[in-house]
Amino acid sequence: MKRQTGMTLIVKTITRLTVWLIILYGFYIILHGHLTPGGGFGGGVIIALAFLNVLLAYGREFTDKWLKISFLEKLESLSIILFLLLGITALLAGKLFLENFIGKGHLYHLLSAGTIPVFNIIIGIKVAMSLFLVIWILSGLKLEEGEEA
Amino acid sequence: MILPFYIIIPLFTAFLISLIGGKKDYAAVIFSVISVFSLVCLSLYGFFIGGRQILVYRMSAWDIPVGINLVQDSLSSFVLVMISIISLTSVLFSIQYIRHLSQDWKYYALFMLLLSGMNGVVLTGDLFNLFVFMEIALIAAFSLVAYGGRAEEYEAAFKYAVMGSVSSTLILVGIAVTYCSTSTLTLALIAERLPALNTKVVYWIGGLFMAGFGLKTAAMPFHAWLPDAHSSAPAPISSMLSGVLIKALGIYVLIRIFFNVLGAPELFMRIFMVLGTVSIIIGVFLAIGQWDMKRLLAYHSISQIGYILLGLGLATPLGILGAIFHMFNHAIFKGLLFYNAGAVEMALGTRNLKNLGNISKLLPVTSGTSMIASLSISGIPPFNGFFSKLIIIIAAIKSGHPVYAFLAVVGSILTLASFMKVQRYGFHGDRVIETKQTNVGLAMNGAMITLAVLCLVTSLMIVPGIKESILDPVIAVILNKTQYIQMVMGR
Amino acid sequence: MIIYLLCFVLFLVGIYGVITKRDLVKIILSLAIMGYSANLFLILFAYKKSALYPILEKGVDVPMVDPLPQALVLTSIVIELGTTALLVSLVAKLFQKYRTFDITKIRRLLG
Repeated sequence: MKRQTGMTLIVKTITRLTVWLIILYGFYIILHGHLTPGGGFGGGVIIALAFLNVLLAYGREFTDKWLKISFLEKLESLSIILFLLLGITALLAGKLFLENFIGKGHLYHLLSAGTIPVFNIIIGIKVAMSLFLVIWILSGLKLEEGEEA
Repeated sequence: MILPFYIIIPLFTAFLISLIGGKKDYAAVIFSVISVFSLVCLSLYGFFIGGRQILVYRMSAWDIPVGINLVQDSLSSFVLVMISIISLTSVLFSIQYIRHLSQDWKYYALFMLLLSGMNGVVLTGDLFNLFVFMEIALIAAFSLVAYGGRAEEYEAAFKYAVMGSVSSTLILVGIAVTYCSTSTLTLALIAERLPALNTKVVYWIGGLFMAGFGLKTAAMPFHAWLPDAHSSAPAPISSMLSGVLIKALGIYVLIRIFFNVLGAPELFMRIFMVLGTVSIIIGVFLAIGQWDMKRLLAYHSISQIGYILLGLGLATPLGILGAIFHMFNHAIFKGLLFYNAGAVEMALGTRNLKNLGNISKLLPVTSGTSMIASLSISGIPPFNGFFSKLIIIIAAIKSGHPVYAFLAVVGSILTLASFMKVQRYGFHGDRVIETKQTNVGLAMNGAMITLAVLCLVTSLMIVPGIKESILDPVIAVILNKTQYIQMVMGR
Repeated sequence: MIIYLLCFVLFLVGIYGVITKRDLVKIILSLAIMGYSANLFLILFAYKKSALYPILEKGVDVPMVDPLPQALVLTSIVIELGTTALLVSLVAKLFQKYRTFDITKIRRLLG
């Protein structure tokens, strides 16, 4: 019998069923960041943990194929650049750096609080990507190789 | 208006480099040179044109008790000029030096992160924001120390990271105590509210920050990590760490907190003086016995930091003048000395003084500039080190501390002795070496010559007329606590 | 008051571990304990009796706990995450080079 990477069939099936639900919950937390507890950081962590589930259940090779790690790295760098560009846009609009430059809307509505939801989304991407990449890199470290001292 | 750009430019460059990634290394070099050069222009503009008054920038337009604010006064812009000059030469030096290590772009991205962290520390007017920027700079520094990928480098980086984490935790507890007692994190507001409180609070805060930032400064009882970390890093990074990082994260923050916020309490000034003098003597004694060139230089960093702390601890205008001036000078000549060591290591494959000989023919620029730097650090006129040390010693005598002054003179003589050893064995020895592995390129020589010229030019800063316009505003900022509060609060 | 003392004891446990333990991984764990005690300290400062979580809600008007230390703790947790990840990867690299986790055997640099 061919030896498979990752965990057993049960774990794989459960992961396949739940991973999108977890990601959806992460998006919910990110999008409601200006209304409820959570926000970019909390939601990003949840998304990263969903990816981590896949990594644990299916192993490194499948995850690399599924998520395209090099793409995630680009996305991580891009998110900070977007953050800074959004901050500079406020400067161009005649406001101070990172200042809110669009309408604030009504309190307790989903589309409110000006640029804060946008920043939340960017931070969510950044946190999800960097947290997952940290785990990815640490999981790739091998203790066996290397020379004797 | 220009204030956030000191942080935006290097941060943007760092992530732009990491976005472009591994394919085009020359793009990373070009981006970082452009970014550092624009920072030099920005900081010189800020110092000479914009820096005559305090600039306060409210991030995202929140007012001072609520939001984070950036403050640029004469002290900040002085340190910013120092950071950007050293980082420009360091990037120029890196272009050839880093090429033999793999994956240039990661190096430049980390370098830019280090730079943005330091600029942030210098500019911010908020205590916790200072902590965050400090951590950005430190994490980049840990990675850069380990960058070469040899066993010693990982070991040094691990020691550095453990010591850095301990000191950061102490600082975090200090911030907690500060927030608990003053219920604000803005430095100016803390300064305003502290005098009304119990003096024990000041001692608690001062003690915690003294231990935390003292570890970053590597004053004597907290010095153990410095020689390992600074001698194991790649040469341009050693010069950044020794020349700028321990000053931006250590000395600058100590000045800001102990002078502008706590108002120079007598007890801590005395601790500054004692730590400074102990660092001068023990640092130089440890340095004299070293045969590894970069390790010797790293121990001298401890000793020279001692001079700065001694000058600060005197708390007289003359002593602070000497400390500020010596801080700038030390950045320049210690940066230059580390470049020399890096160039020697690259060209000859060793930096052990016992294996070196007469290389003045082989590497004329390196040995010439190293002579200038050695004369500067050991305090020979007309180079800049002489004037700053002289001012510190005179200030110590004037304020009635002849013992400290005497020990500072002894330290200076021993410094001269140890650099005579470097010159005698390292650059003008008996054995003539005629083959070298690699040429020292134009950019590396350019970086060294620039700093060697600056060694002479900065000694002009003490000439009456120039001193009033450059150094005196900085001293005024340090000594005048209430002025800082009023300027930041806009009253 | 006792709770602050316990927090301080936690801090001392961390420092004790950093100073005396020889295993690299245990040093990292001790650093983490130190960090947690500092975070706990911040949260304890902000705590008020019979106060609610600091979130604005429709129709709820009771005193809140101070939200700022919670934001600070969140930030400092992230920073500690970064430092710990870096330390762990350094330890893995050190193990590759030296084949040991014992800090007394990792002495290629002198003093």
